[in-house]
Amino acid sequence: MIKWKITDRMAAHGVSIMVLLLIPLIFLFLFSFLIGRYPISPQDVFLVLSSKIFPINVNIPPTLDTVIFQIRFPRIMAAMLVGAALSVAGASFQGLFRNPLVAPDKLGVSAGAGFGASLAILLGTGALIIQGFAFVGGLIAVSLTYIISRTFKGTSMLTLVLCGIAIESFFGALIALSKYVADPFLQLPTIVFWLLGSLAAVTNQQLLFVAPPIIIGMIILLLIRWRINVLSMGEEEAQTLGIDTRRLQIIIIVCCTVLTASSVSICGIIGWVGLVIPHVCRIIVGPDHKVLLPASIIVGAIFLLIIDDISRTLTTVEIPLGILTAIIGAPFFLYLLRKSKEVWA
Amino acid sequence: MSQMMEMIEGSFSFVENYNIFEDINFSVEKGDVFCILGANGTGKTTLIKCLNGLMKLNSGKVLLNNENLYSLSHAEIAKNIGYIPQVHTSTFPFSVLDVALMGRSPHLDLFESPQEKDFKIAEESLKTLNIYHMRDKPYTEISGGEQQLVFIARVLTQEPSFLLLDEPTSHLDFGNQIRTLDIIEKLAKDGLSVVMSSHFPDHAFMSANKVAIMKEGNFIDVGTPEEVITEENMERTYGIKVKIVDMGDRRACVPLKIK
Repeated sequence: MIKWKITDRMAAHGVSIMVLLLIPLIFLFLFSFLIGRYPISPQDVFLVLSSKIFPINVNIPPTLDTVIFQIRFPRIMAAMLVGAALSVAGASFQGLFRNPLVAPDKLGVSAGAGFGASLAILLGTGALIIQGFAFVGGLIAVSLTYIISRTFKGTSMLTLVLCGIAIESFFGALIALSKYVADPFLQLPTIVFWLLGSLAAVTNQQLLFVAPPIIIGMIILLLIRWRINVLSMGEEEAQTLGIDTRRLQIIIIVCCTVLTASSVSICGIIGWVGLVIPHVCRIIVGPDHKVLLPASIIVGAIFLLIIDDISRTLTTVEIPLGILTAIIGAPFFLYLLRKSKEVWA
Repeated sequence: MSQMMEMIEGSFSFVENYNIFEDINFSVEKGDVFCILGANGTGKTTLIKCLNGLMKLNSGKVLLNNENLYSLSHAEIAKNIGYIPQVHTSTFPFSVLDVALMGRSPHLDLFESPQEKDFKIAEESLKTLNIYHMRDKPYTEISGGEQQLVFIARVLTQEPSFLLLDEPTSHLDFGNQIRTLDIIEKLAKDGLSVVMSSHFPDHAFMSANKVAIMKEGNFIDVGTPEEVITEENMERTYGIKVKIVDMGDRRACVPLKIK
């Protein structure tokens, strides 16, 4: 026992913070089932959830089962997955680009996904096809950014970001074009609402498609997270420390792109989370990616769950998530910034 | 195993038909401190970067213990060769211990993180350099001299047999310059082979046992500091007059005023 303590002090340090962060997440997860127009008591939630895990025989009204499992469960899970995915992708990208102002859609993934979705809406397809188009659109945009940047001599991270900016505005223009040609009564509102981000319509089936890529992407990033420390010292220095920087960069870019594209594909473009949650976590746990990445996952999940709960309860007509994340996130972030001066050096 | 680094007929160019340096030959063995002197822009940094694969020679070769350097992976090179760059721009305020710990990366696999053994090695390096007490401080908030020690600690944690230093004293105050040279000398005594570039002929007198002067892409002279750092050579290299003074235990190179 004592030996374990000494052998992995860094992990031990991280573990205690993670446990502290996990408690509010678990509480919020359960609490979120109670929110909504159909009143559900805490006992009901407890009973229904435990009946799914343990083989106990209880009489559950079908409406209750439907509300909890078909409506609230996918939404709560999606909020947690997307929040976690976006913020861990942001934290990784900030390390990769050595820049705390980078968001996970820096290489054009959101714009690409947004155009994919708009195109699918224009074609009049259903939710799953829209999701697929968005995911593929995101991957295509980032692949284009990467391939184009490789054609330049002396490829640096800066070239990559600049290509990302170009690709982002190119797909941004295509989104604008699809809005322009869309039917103003049938398609345009759908596109606009989709782009603003919402978790209202997420189904278990959609969740099933995005959960595996998100979880795999996160696991890979978690496995290489210590190396992101070394990479963030600069490409050349990382190389002299024995890191195959090209390979590591590609792994990070692929993981972050899959995470962001998966997220955008089920709930539209939700800004702010990937940029700000890593900062909030740096204030709590420091700059070491070994602790920062797991912390970003948990805090990201907490943040988006809170935002979605607010979006569900604040008004009768739901406010899109993309709007709420900024309206609530911005003042909160400024407050934190004021409280803690040492965010980055 | 013999410990030797050689450059054989090394040439490098960024653009065709214009060599930064050409036909450079030298070798460094265990315990050597090889100091490269030369004016600004003569290619000292490029030459050093060719010694650990950050840049590649256009012709000629670098041999690391008789093996072609460029056929080795980044990790294999980093296990043998440590490097301290001339400038470092920081982004995140990692702790001093975390920075030293990064020296372990060539010894760890892609999915591995540092274990207790790695922490021990990093802490040992901090102790060697007397900076263990600041292990939890952000390395961005300590002085330039202390930062240089942190980077030396990181290199020691890497446990290489060769050490490349690109102008290790250029950003340091007078006292820290001399202290850094003292550390370099001690490391060489412990068996490291050091290649460094410098702007100060005096520093070569103090710490090096081999000196080369680089000018217009060539070594115009190679040998012991006493052989190479002469009044004629210094005038040829830097275009100023100097006086070489014998101080008993060592020589010194004193610049004279330009008339």
